Amino acid sequence: MTDNTIDQPEDRVPKRVIGTPPATEAVLKDETVHEAAALPGVIYQDPASARKAEKTVALLFLIAFLAGAGFIASYVIFQVGTIDKTSTSNFALGGTLALALLALAAGITTWVRRIMPKYTMIQERHPMASDAETRETVKETFLAGAEESGFVKHGLLRRTLLLAAAPLGLAPLFLLKDLGPLPGTKLRHTVWGEPTKTGKPRRLITEGTGQPIRAADFNSPGGILSVVPEGYEHDLNALAKATLILLKFRPEEIKSGTNLNWTHDGIVAYSKICTHVGCPAALYEQTTHHILCPCHQSTFDAADGAKVVFGPAARPLPQLPIGIDGEGFLIAKADFNVPVGPSFWERGDAEAEAREKAEKA
Amino acid sequence: MIGTGRSVNSITARRRHPLARFAVVALALGLLGGGYALAAPTGSTADAAVASGKADDVAQGKDLFIAHCASCHGLNAEGTKSGPTLVGVGAAAVDFQVSSGRMPASDPGAQAPRKPLDEWVTPQAIDQLAAYVQSLGGGPTRPAAEQVDPAKGDPAKGGELFRANCIQCHNFVGAGGALTYGKYAPSLNESSPTQIYEAMATGPQAMPVFNDSTITPDQKRDMIAYITSVRSQVDPGGSGLGRIGPVTEGLVAWIAGISLLVLAAIWITAKKRQAHS
Repeated sequence: MTDNTIDQPEDRVPKRVIGTPPATEAVLKDETVHEAAALPGVIYQDPASARKAEKTVALLFLIAFLAGAGFIASYVIFQVGTIDKTSTSNFALGGTLALALLALAAGITTWVRRIMPKYTMIQERHPMASDAETRETVKETFLAGAEESGFVKHGLLRRTLLLAAAPLGLAPLFLLKDLGPLPGTKLRHTVWGEPTKTGKPRRLITEGTGQPIRAADFNSPGGILSVVPEGYEHDLNALAKATLILLKFRPEEIKSGTNLNWTHDGIVAYSKICTHVGCPAALYEQTTHHILCPCHQSTFDAADGAKVVFGPAARPLPQLPIGIDGEGFLIAKADFNVPVGPSFWERGDAEAEAREKAEKA
Repeated sequence: MIGTGRSVNSITARRRHPLARFAVVALALGLLGGGYALAAPTGSTADAAVASGKADDVAQGKDLFIAHCASCHGLNAEGTKSGPTLVGVGAAAVDFQVSSGRMPASDPGAQAPRKPLDEWVTPQAIDQLAAYVQSLGGGPTRPAAEQVDPAKGDPAKGGELFRANCIQCHNFVGAGGALTYGKYAPSLNESSPTQIYEAMATGPQAMPVFNDSTITPDQKRDMIAYITSVRSQVDPGGSGLGRIGPVTEGLVAWIAGISLLVLAAIWITAKKRQAHS
């Protein structure tokens, strides 16, 4: 097959290693490497250039020494304590250490590249398999061990060992349960629909101030508030679904897409959770009534039922039915009629179901 | 004549009376004091008129309005196709727009940016314009200095409110950000405390309104304290890169950091071309 007649156990030794020049000269053998005389395939550096490089390398090592000494000095000089002092200390320690390591590495690289001689190297590959004698020894040792252990002879030991291993092997399968439980109907409801402890309707609370909102106070058209449900102001699991944006319109600005029965005096509440992948969509332009989601630029028309006017979102932001209680505070009249936030596998056509339900009622 | 002469003589005689000098001093002091007493209330009435924007300011303001604003907002601030009505926007809106250079707008683009003030825009001119617009239909007034003093606010509480209401557009340290169709939320770093207050109270351009009954003046002052205090905070990691978060940081890490690593790898492994000896 080839003209390579060297005695090798397998014909897998390549003639040429990828990335190296063709081996036109004889492959260097170990005993010849140490002979300093001009060898074929060995390229010596120009002595004048090498002397110049020596100075460069020495300078780099000197810089590395000074920076290293500076690291120790910085540790002693810049004491930590306050944030500012710690910051200065970190900067000095990090700076000197980086300079020391960089100068050291650059020096060594320069040394290798400009002072040491160059070789045309051929990396030899050896056969993977051990020789026949070694394999025979391993086989004999294994069989002797198996014989001495009596694995075949002592049936009781063999079976109890397998028994001991069985639960350990099955255990990881049981841990898969922690991926669950399945969400059930949790994704379809928010805390807005749950009854409160006092039995009164749940009030809308301003995020940040923690105050309920009197409808008469939220009276500037073009206003916006970030709203959380009463009783769940800091429950992040509940807020992930229930957070709202509350908008105030002039009555004539509201278009047909908005359900007027769910508004109060030009105040409209939408879910803040984007229907694309669930980012908080709350960039609101009062001039255009656009609600913009910062993640993927889905844009909703707040005056027209938050219908999608741009971007990847597939559905409008769900609108929450709101009203006022006896004291004039804004309350939720019911839960959202469709699931908030992004699509999920079991969601189905929740909008069509909601429409059917509304028609029956 | 004789009588006259006699009376002149008598005046001259009294003038030379030993007590005359005291009488003159007393009269002079009396006139001065009385004059001041009369003048002082007049002065404070004038000040009050300037402060509340009445009297002449409204007329002066109307002249300024017609000269600089009416081409877009209409001769009576009723609004035109190129500018909204200013009836009811209040003195706070005028002060915010004019003192930040946003109005008069240089061109009718998506957004009027902050720019250096025109020569005619003096504090007095702003007072007069504000008085005129306030007289048209009321609206939010300008805050007192004490209402916007960051030293009197609580930056921690303000930060909480800022994160709930403002960062979606203005970024977590007020660096600003993009909106739709060329509009953007500007950086808050150049805004004065008064301008920040006025922006919240009036909702300039695309910004929503945060009125005093839902976000109280004290809460607004807390937010002003937060916005002004983060400006002077040192970025512990070195350059803040505009403080707009992972976008610039990632860009610098990839373009600068990865390029440096690639160059280093090339330098270490490159074959040096040399003539064979």
